[in-house]
Amino acid sequence: MSTELETRWGDSGHVTTAAMLAFTLALAVVGLFTMSYGQVALDWGQLWNGLFYPESDPVSAQIVRDIRLPRVLTGLIAGAALGVSGVLMQALFRNPMADAWSLGLLAGGQLGVAMVVTAAAFAGPAAIAFLTAFKGIGLSAGAITGVAVFAVAMVALSHRVGNITLLVVGLMLGFTVQGLVSVVIHFANRLGGRVYSGWNDGTFAATTFDDLGFMVIPIIGGMIIAVASSKGLSAMLLGETYARSLGTDVRRLRLLTLGAVVLLVAPVTAYCGPVTFIGLIVPHFARAIARTSQILPLIPLAALSGALLAVSADTVVHLPWEQHFLHLNAILALVGAPVVISLLLLSPSLRGSA
Amino acid sequence: MLALEQLVAGYPGPRGIVVEAASLELPAGAFVCVIGRNGAGKSTLLRTIAGLQSSLDGRVTLNGHDIGAMNARDRSQAISVVTTEKVSSPGMRALDVVTLGRHPYTGWRGKLTRDDQIAIDGALRRTNALAFAPAAFDSLSDGERQRVMIARALAQTSTVMVLDEITAFLDLPGRVEIMALLRRHALEANKIIILSSHDLELSLEMAEYLWVVGEGRLAYGKPGELIASGAIGQAFDSNDVSFDREAHRFRLRAR
Repeated sequence: MSTELETRWGDSGHVTTAAMLAFTLALAVVGLFTMSYGQVALDWGQLWNGLFYPESDPVSAQIVRDIRLPRVLTGLIAGAALGVSGVLMQALFRNPMADAWSLGLLAGGQLGVAMVVTAAAFAGPAAIAFLTAFKGIGLSAGAITGVAVFAVAMVALSHRVGNITLLVVGLMLGFTVQGLVSVVIHFANRLGGRVYSGWNDGTFAATTFDDLGFMVIPIIGGMIIAVASSKGLSAMLLGETYARSLGTDVRRLRLLTLGAVVLLVAPVTAYCGPVTFIGLIVPHFARAIARTSQILPLIPLAALSGALLAVSADTVVHLPWEQHFLHLNAILALVGAPVVISLLLLSPSLRGSA
Repeated sequence: MLALEQLVAGYPGPRGIVVEAASLELPAGAFVCVIGRNGAGKSTLLRTIAGLQSSLDGRVTLNGHDIGAMNARDRSQAISVVTTEKVSSPGMRALDVVTLGRHPYTGWRGKLTRDDQIAIDGALRRTNALAFAPAAFDSLSDGERQRVMIARALAQTSTVMVLDEITAFLDLPGRVEIMALLRRHALEANKIIILSSHDLELSLEMAEYLWVVGEGRLAYGKPGELIASGAIGQAFDSNDVSFDREAHRFRLRAR
């Protein structure tokens, strides 16, 4: 009996480990490539010197250390955070199309930031100067408040309406906020408008090393909570009644998970602007690789594949294009939207309820 | 031993009291069928016993411990639940569902020990679900899914098992098979199993104890006693049908 048990219990752990190694490797390759290649191409020697011997090659050092490394690290952290937040959202809402963007949480963050910018514009030029200098703290506060408020509202709404309705509401919230924001920004002065629209683009290139510190601390907190609530979220796959009968304190779990989502999503939204599609599609990759819907093994996979997707998309954005540069969200949409469409068409539960 | 102590099940607010149950006790190994008409309050009573909703008054104790006052984990080790609610979870295999039954015993990572695996294996065997354990849960038939959900509850190895209308989607052989399986499990493993069913005649046949829910009351006893006392007729008779005490079945009333 023991051998029979073991063969049946031999899980897909090997595949998961192999996939994580492959992702890490790919991440290193893409990272090194984008660090060396761009408007200015650096060879390996220049990259090495720029990273470790800045005195020997000040120009390369500035490009690598001040511009490219923060950008790559930001993409890595943001992608990982968004990927994990997607896993949490899809488990919490029991909705394979849920993520911070599709359910309107990013819109909440946008609205929060717009309000902060406008408030600062009314308070006077000194406040705007402060915001530009310390954009992290002010914009973070706005984004965190906005994301949190919208998250709570969506959870409340999810008890009353079905999955598809909730998604449509989330997307409509996005449009509503866009409209509101243009009105609000209209009343902010030109400088405030520029602060906001610079942020609203969605890019990993606007962060400095100091910003990274502010960004990474809440994200680490969010990751820890995500891991801690993964067991309860696995039970939630059977629905609330069964989760409770399996010993899950559902109310506490819901609060913790929402807290983790806010901690993961708000800093990214504050420092990078709204970044779409990563949280939505990465959990599906993770599930396909791990071949399980248990939450815990999905977390490292989603973090790694999220980071890989973010850094790769950012690499494409920063290739030395002749004209101007591409937008990060445009690249993500080109990858993400077809994935979402095929998921919708292939998933019986979503197709049936439409 | 499971004891109801002047239990009042219902909801705060306008719906109010649904069922008042006099005090009663169930010994280990009891197999109870709960019957009553639609909307009589069977589900409310079972949810209250399982600690999924709080009682309006009175309490339920298991070996002297108040179930309503237990924390979620202790309660999950004491009582397992199967409902009629159709669960759909894309990406889960039947085995994953049964594995969730071990959650009350595993650590934060949900890692299975050898004991957990043996419990899961035994549960799959007893419900004849081994064959489709690796299949996607959503691809199974209603009967197979119900067997998987029962296997999950068996894997939970709780002292009490509460099952609400689980045979509703099954054909007659399927219903008999599942009720027989549960009755055997109660006897062999010395567990208390409480099962509600629409299937009155089958319940009369299989039950060791019968709870009849009707008009806000709970009548209980051995099936023979309840038939003799007329409690079944009281709960179910209508203008069109009446319960025949001798034949143990319903007859159309002569017009």
